[in-house]
This record gives sequence, C-alpha cells and structure tokens, in this order.
Amino acid sequence: MLRYALKRLVSLLGALAVASVVVFAAIEVIPGDPAAYMLGLNAAPETVAALRAELGLDAGPIARYINWVTGMLQGDFGISYTYRTPVSEMVGDRLWISLPLALYALALSTIIAFPVGIWAASKRGTSVDIGIMGFTQLGVAIPNFWFAMILVVIFAINLRWFSAGGFPGWGGGLFPGLKALTLPAIALALPQASILSRVMRSALVDMLDQDFMRTARAKGLTQGQALRRHALRNAMIPVLTILGLQFSFLLAGAIIIENVFFLPGLGRLIFQAIAQRDLIVVESVVMILVFAVILVTFLVDLAYAAVDPRLRVH
Amino acid sequence: MSLLDIKGLNLSIHSTQILRDVSLSLEEGKVLGLIGESGSGKSMTALSVMQLLPNGAEMSGQIMFADRDLTAQTESQMCALRGGDIGMIFQEPMTALNPVQTIGDQVAESVRIHKGFGRREALIEARKVLDKVELPAAEFPLNRYPHQLSGGQRQRVGIAVSIACNPKLLIADEPTTALDVTTQAEILALIKRLVLEDRMAAIFVTHDLAVVSDLADSIAIMKSGEIVEAGPTRKVLAEASHPYTAALLEASAHAPERFDVSADTPLLEVRSLTCTYPGRRQHLLHKPDPKIAVNKVSFTLQRGESLGLVGESGCGKSTLARTILGLITPQSGQIALDSGTVPNGQPMPRHMRAKMQVVFQDPFSSFNPRHRVARLITEPFHLLPNPPKGAERENAISDALASVGLAPSDARKYIHEFSGGQRQRIAIARALIARPELILLDEAVSALDVSIRAQILDLLSDLAQKFGLSYLFISHDLHVVRAITDRVLVMKSGKIVESGSTEDVLHNPVHPYTRSLLAATPVLSI
Repeated sequence: MLRYALKRLVSLLGALAVASVVVFAAIEVIPGDPAAYMLGLNAAPETVAALRAELGLDAGPIARYINWVTGMLQGDFGISYTYRTPVSEMVGDRLWISLPLALYALALSTIIAFPVGIWAASKRGTSVDIGIMGFTQLGVAIPNFWFAMILVVIFAINLRWFSAGGFPGWGGGLFPGLKALTLPAIALALPQASILSRVMRSALVDMLDQDFMRTARAKGLTQGQALRRHALRNAMIPVLTILGLQFSFLLAGAIIIENVFFLPGLGRLIFQAIAQRDLIVVESVVMILVFAVILVTFLVDLAYAAVDPRLRVH
Repeated sequence: MSLLDIKGLNLSIHSTQILRDVSLSLEEGKVLGLIGESGSGKSMTALSVMQLLPNGAEMSGQIMFADRDLTAQTESQMCALRGGDIGMIFQEPMTALNPVQTIGDQVAESVRIHKGFGRREALIEARKVLDKVELPAAEFPLNRYPHQLSGGQRQRVGIAVSIACNPKLLIADEPTTALDVTTQAEILALIKRLVLEDRMAAIFVTHDLAVVSDLADSIAIMKSGEIVEAGPTRKVLAEASHPYTAALLEASAHAPERFDVSADTPLLEVRSLTCTYPGRRQHLLHKPDPKIAVNKVSFTLQRGESLGLVGESGCGKSTLARTILGLITPQSGQIALDSGTVPNGQPMPRHMRAKMQVVFQDPFSSFNPRHRVARLITEPFHLLPNPPKGAERENAISDALASVGLAPSDARKYIHEFSGGQRQRIAIARALIARPELILLDEAVSALDVSIRAQILDLLSDLAQKFGLSYLFISHDLHVVRAITDRVLVMKSGKIVESGSTEDVLHNPVHPYTRSLLAATPVLSI
C-alpha cells in the first residue's frame, strides 16, 4: 500500500512538472505584450521597454520559467499586471469562495446520488427504477444556469429565504457564508447528482449479476443486505472516478453559476484576467487548477486502493 | 423420515418449462448425486431448494425440508435457512467470493448472520472453520483476500462459507468442474470427509458420473428437466436400465475408432523452445526476474500423428501452443514446420501460419457474435497468397461445413443460433477451410457435455483420416487424451517431464507427476 502511494506520488510530481512547462509554453506563444497593453495605445516605446524590464519580461524564456517556478514554490505568484497587487492574495480571496462552493456542491451531490442510485438499483426494472432514471435524465438535460435562475425566482424573490446573489465573506461567521453559497451549490449539484446516481445505479446493477452476490444470498443475506454489504464496495471504482472528475469541474467550471449569483470566484477571476491580458494571473490560476486536479486524481487513486485490495500490489 | 423430500416439482421461467414433475428424496447423512448434461435442469433443482431462482420463475409442487415446505416459507424464513441449515457451494471459485473482502470476514459473515455472534467471536469461529477445510492459520491468515489464493484454495473458502453453521444439508453445484484433476481430487476428498464427520446430507450436482460414483449413496439422472432414473449408485450404474443412462455411460468412456495414418516423416519439430514473461518488479531499481513459462521444450510431431499434451493449468501448455502458432515470439529455440523454419527471434512467416490452425476451448466466446458463419469460417483465408473468390469461396464454405456435419445454409446464420456442440463444429470448420497440415486443439472438448464430446471426438478421428491431418491435442483430461492420441507429452512447470506412446505412459507412468495425475483422475467405478 505504501509503495503504491509512493509510486502515485512520484507520478503526481512528474505530471505537475510537465503541466508547468505546457502552461508556460502556451502563454509564451499567445500574441500580445502585457506591458504595451497596460500602458495603452499612445505609450512611448521607451516607457514600454522600461515597464518590460520592471516586469522581468526582457529575460530569456528559460530564465523566466525558472523564476516563475521557484517563485511559486515559495508562494510568490508575482504581481498582477492590471491590479498591481500580489497574485497570491487575489487567488487566495477567490479560492475561499470557489473551494467551499465546490466542496458544498460535491457533498450535496454525493448525499443525493448515493441513496438514489442504491434505491434504483435495488428496485431494478420496476416503476421506481424507471421513474428515478427519468428524473435523472431531466437533471442531466436541464442547463444549470437556467435552474439557478429558477431557484433565484422561487427562493430569493418569492420566498425571500436567501439573497439573490453576492457573498458576505467568512468574517460574519460560518452560517451567513454557507447560506450565501446554498443556492449556487444546489444549482451546481443537481446535474452532478443526476450523473453520479446513474453511474452508481449501473455499477451496482452490474454487480447484482456477479457470482459472489449469489454466494452472499446463499449465506442467508436478504437482497438488500447483499447489495449494501457486498455490491456497494465493488461498485465504488466507477463512482470514485466520476467523483474525482466532478470535483475538478466544480472548482474551475463554475464560472456561469458564479456569474448568475455574482460570486467573485476563481472562474470569474480567470475570465477577467484573460480579457485583460493579465498573463501572470492566468498562468498562476491555471497552475493552481492543474495542481488541484492532479491532487484530486492522486486522492482518487488512493481511494481506489483503499476500496479494492487487488490494486494495492501494483 | 427423509430430510429432504421433493414432490412433483414443476418450474417454468418466463413460461419456458424448465423442470417437469421432479421428485427426489434424501435421508439424513446421505449423499445424492444429481447428474445431467447442461440444460438438464440439475442446477435449477438445486436452486429451487434454496429458493434462489431467477426472476420470472414460477414453481409448483412441494419441497419438504425437515418437515417444512420450503415453497411456503416467507423470504425471511428462507434467509434463516440459507447458510444456516442448508449450505451451498458453487461452481466458479474464481468469482464466487467477494474480491474486496477478506476471507475471514466472508466466512465470519455466515456465523454472524445465523448465530448472532459479534465480529470478534465470529472471526474466532471463522478461524476454526478455515482450519477444518485445511487452510491453516500460518499460511492462510484471516486477512487474506481471494485474489491471493489459487482456485482450489478459493473453493475451500467457498466450502468454509457454506459449512460455517453446520448445515444439515449441503448442496454442491459442480464444485470441482472448474478445477484441475489433482485439485479436484483434493476437494472431493475434503467434501467426503466433511460429510462423514458431521453427518451432513449432501446433494452433489455434476455432469461427470465418475466424480460422484464413489461419493454418492444414490444418484438421480436428469434429462430435459425430468428425472429419468434414480436409485442406489451401484444399482443404477450396473443396470443402466434407462437408455439415456446407458448412453451417458457409453459416451463418458467413448473412444472413437482410430486409423493409423502416421508416417515417419516429421511435420513439426520444436527445439529447446523457451518463453518467458516479464515478472513482477521486486525493487524499484532492479530489473524484474523473468517468469519462465516454457523451459527448453523439444519434441517432434510426425505427419499424420495425434500427439497429446497434458498438464495442469499454469504448466505452460497454452503458452507453448501459442508459441507454436506464432502468436508469441519465443525468447529462444526453433520451430520447424514441414520444410519451413522460423528465423530465430523473428515472427513466424505467413506461409507457415497457413499450415496450422487452432480450435479453442470456449465455443461461446471464441467467435465474433456480429459476423455470420460464412465470414467467421473464412477468416484463415487471409493467410493464403491467393484466397479463393466468388463461386470457389462459396464451395469452400459449403465443403468445410459439410465435412463437420453442418448444412451449407448454416453459412448465413449468426453464431448465437447454434448450440455449444455445433459451435465447436464451426470452430473445426474454420480450422479446416484453409486445408492446414496441423490442427492444435487447446482443450477443445473440455467445455462440452459427454455425449457431445463423444461426437466431436468421432468427428476429429474421421477428419484426420479423410484429410491426413495431424493433431496436437492439449488437455487436462486423461480420458480424452487416451481416446484420441497416439503419443503423449506430460508437462509440468514449463518442462516436458515424460513422453511416450499414450498406452505406455498411462499404463506404466514413470515420472511421479504423471502418477499423481493418474491417481487423481476420477474413475467410473461400477
């Protein structure tokens, strides 16, 4: 198990190194000079050159790459070209919204999807199963921004239970923060829960026909007990894969929902940075997202091994 | 008073009749052999007792077990009986255990359900049961997982699960069919010992008369969902009063009429052939040691000869077959076929591959289900420089199908429209169509019922004479090897340990391994 974890860790570091090169190279080939952009159309060439020197843009690409990476390792992500503030502060503020939102949505999605998927599988072929599958089909099909607006109309405008958008910060305590994130989290969780419950159901149904389920029944377990005690853990591999993908998506892909609810999250930050040619912010945020995705993949790999002993030997 | 009394059991699944008026009875402490070919309803009879029938099953009749009618029990009453008073062992030890749970937990679960023990007590009990099925604590601690055990060891765990609560009735559904002969002998001895020690009654479901002939007190023979003959084992086997029983006995000892067509010219010569697989890496920086599957094997197969290759699973016989076919490039050694030789370490040239064909074990998974028979059996044509086209191709298809006893019109059908025996005939037609010199038969009759197996053996014998074919017949079944081969090679751990004429080797085995194989092979004792 330890060897397996170490091996996964080595491949995690390798993937990070490769990703940093790719991100850096991609930004390099994008046309546009940040210094010229910052100073406007009428800037004198000498001023632009001075700013380039100040920003460190006149060094060679290898020197700049090394600078960038060593900076990041020390927590220094550079200074935003546009806002003239440290990137680490900007990202830190945004991360405190995006990360809780992603976790909140993921938790909701899991809490909904597990029982629903298990219920559908245990009633396979009955009207309960068909009904649940019909609902989840709808959940996948409904665009989440539209669902978000419906939520706002019902719970913010008519019932006035929640505010329609914005974020009060975590300074006022846990509850107001969570309350502000509830509607966006529900909007994000609905399609994810639909996908996850479908995956859960089909993985479980595959398990129901396995020989070891017959053995479990022959021991004297009821259908439901056999499903929970024997099928569930065997069905976890595809479910964990989807959970990992969903977390990555929720962290970075929530941009539309962030816009609907006026949440200053990572998605909006990167969108603005791209529009303003604030390349250092783009680079840093992309790198942080890459790190998050790779880290989640690593955790999912560890979870695979925890679930299935056959994977621990490799 | 009998422990189990089945009266007039009828069963249909989705309105297809599976069992007709099945009646059986079994005394306490006795063993009943339930024998039949695939589809005869023997497993469904066993599952009816467990009340674990597939969806859509409709049952009528009575199943009395210890004065209770099992057909009238509620689901929770049945749950209390299953694994408690009635234990069941299944055929597939590789898949019958939960792969993500330790063997200790799986055995302990039975105890926890029926005796209400806590986890700790149940594990202590599980340890005792595993000791009882001869899985000692030193080698098989409770925290082992199924994938760390061999097939025979897994079957022992399966047995431990079913006997953990000292059932009065043990139902074993083909418990040794998926195992090697020596493992089968060990498992049979274990079941016999447990039945005697604990005075358990047992139903032993099998297709193989020889397996139960010295275990069962009585036997019942099933055909198409009905019991055609039942009675004390000796009496049924000696008298065989029903024609089906007689046919079954004949088929299980069937030896096709053979014609000696072998000449003294070598067709296939294998010289110190070695095949290795990359082993598991023990250390991050060291190269892993290779695993030797075939170790310096040499032999010659004469033209027209039928050569047997026997050995247990994992001995390297399938790797050897694949190497001869050119599917694996060997690490060293030579293969010469007819006049061609494979250049060292290079893939086999196409003209050599065209001279040999193969028939595999599983008639169900060795065909692409989306192709028609005509396309399936003409696949070897891609090895020929000028494959026949048009009418010539049609004739070749018709001839190949006719020579295996199928109609030319079958060429337009899909494979799912055929039975197991017919599929194996189609596999033979596929092997024949390019007119090879040599056919490798890799466990080609092992998955077939005895009566079908007898027909296929006859067919192979006829074809050998008609087309002057040579066979390399790979099997773990010594009966079949005796019936169809002239000479035999015995393989163990990648090496040929004994070779000679089949009669000599099987009558006077020299190598201890050959002797143990022979001793383990069940013999029909009448």
